[in-house]
Amino acid sequence: MRVAVASGKGGTGKTTVATNLAWVAAQAEKSVVYLDCDVEEPNGQIFLKPIADWRKPVTVAVPRVDPIACDFCGQCGEICQFSAIVCVGQKVLVFPELCHSCGGCDLVCPLSAITEVPRGIATVMAGHTGSLRYFQGLLNIAEGMSPPVIRAVKAEAPEAELVIVDAPPGTACPVLEAVRGCDHVLLVTEPTPFGLHDLELALETVQSLEIPCEVVINRAGLNGSATEEFCRRKGIEVVAEFPDSRRVAEAYSRGELASEGDPEIRDLFRSLLTHIEDST
Amino acid sequence: MKQLVVISGKGGTGKTSLVASFASLAERAVLADCDVDAADLHLVVQSSLVSRNDFWGGKRALIDSDRCTDCGICEDLCRFDAIISDSSTFSVDPIACEGCGVCAWFCAEDAIDLVNTIDGEWYLSETRLGPMVHARLKAAGENSGKLVSLLRTEAREAAKKRNIDLVIIDGAPGIGCPVIASITGADLVLVVTEPTLSGLHDLERVIRLTKHFEASAMIVVNRYDINEKIAMQAEKHAQKLGAGLVGRVRYDPAVTQAQIQGLSVVEHSSNGAAADITEVWENLQRAFDEEELYVSEA
Repeated sequence: MRVAVASGKGGTGKTTVATNLAWVAAQAEKSVVYLDCDVEEPNGQIFLKPIADWRKPVTVAVPRVDPIACDFCGQCGEICQFSAIVCVGQKVLVFPELCHSCGGCDLVCPLSAITEVPRGIATVMAGHTGSLRYFQGLLNIAEGMSPPVIRAVKAEAPEAELVIVDAPPGTACPVLEAVRGCDHVLLVTEPTPFGLHDLELALETVQSLEIPCEVVINRAGLNGSATEEFCRRKGIEVVAEFPDSRRVAEAYSRGELASEGDPEIRDLFRSLLTHIEDST
Repeated sequence: MKQLVVISGKGGTGKTSLVASFASLAERAVLADCDVDAADLHLVVQSSLVSRNDFWGGKRALIDSDRCTDCGICEDLCRFDAIISDSSTFSVDPIACEGCGVCAWFCAEDAIDLVNTIDGEWYLSETRLGPMVHARLKAAGENSGKLVSLLRTEAREAAKKRNIDLVIIDGAPGIGCPVIASITGADLVLVVTEPTLSGLHDLERVIRLTKHFEASAMIVVNRYDINEKIAMQAEKHAQKLGAGLVGRVRYDPAVTQAQIQGLSVVEHSSNGAAADITEVWENLQRAFDEEELYVSEA
């Protein structure tokens, strides 16, 4: 079973929910795989502390032009919708960071002067902590496109009783890529106006993929019951509420798993795990 | 005209709360909410809409079923698995389609068009804190970087028209395309961080990003008293990477209360976090002045 943990708004507790859920599942001797798909800023390792045992670069294909074979006909520039390859006079310029690797320039070149070469944009790392397998993508700095990296992380992951996908914040293409193909989505929110507004947006994104989803409220008790009312109206179940606690925030700041040191929090995560298992 | 961009690396560190407060403290500024995936600034500033505009983000392929002969070449060539073949009909999955146009180019029957698509809306609004440009990307919308660039251009236009010389930009979390689009060409990037190990990790990456694009960056540590040891570590580390400290803001439940009441923190109260934010703002003014001096000397 693949469960994605997503949120819309950043900093609501995705990684906290994902890592604690993975940890209680591993404690219960289930086979667990954790995929950190927040490849711009992966933080799962801070809490799960895996021992790295494998690494692989993520590459995308970009064109390389053979200046001797090229007769500067300009068709490569015409087909490219992203201005990643441009023919100016007797010169072909390639802008690799704009390239979407569609292969169009290579296909269209009548002289076969274009070959595709790999360009590294990120690293996928794997590790283990006890019986838990950990995978993360790490986007190179100044690279803009995370979806290919998220795809690479998901492609490397083995099957397991529980696969947890820690998704990036937001509602755009990276989230979509992380959540796609999952059986279940947990949307983590906080009961503030920002949290509620972004929950609504995230819900739209998840529902566009027709994946069943449920809500986890973090820092519950901050502000009335607007979030619960919203979920009731939308027919979405609130499956867990974690209290707003300075103690939890401090443990988080030190990179500690709340479930490990706090039996109450551990019980909450255990029942969340049971709920997820029962509902699929 | 000066452009101040507020970003964070890690989400939820308090970008929007700071931006709303800065807008209250600045006498005149144009606001640009460039966190286009999850724009929240309008919730604090209660905007009234001046104009609503379509955002033409990218292109998508569209198959004309009357002309399609089901040859399947498009499906073979598409690298994004965006062509759906259903027994004998072919169609395009608009979510998977990147708009590269390879299918349209190579379709022997000329049955595929590349059409412009609306990926969201952008707005110009009036708020009690000044004019604001903001946007809403469609669910699963594409081209958020392009939308950010558009918003920044519109914000500068609005500022020029009204003779305002400051644009305050609320950026997105992360280090991806919308963030890159929000920092290029900015006069000053303020990175908001929190004193947690996650915050520290993300801070380093986002500062490196600003350095890559040769932007001047400074940091503010929000909720610094959650862990003062890590706060100091973050400040030292940022300094080493070339981003000085503008100030610290204490943990204060009033920040959430202000948000609930639809106020900026400095409108809500004058002590606690509000006092810290005011000091941060004054330090930012000084940083801007020094920058100016530096530029004029050079």
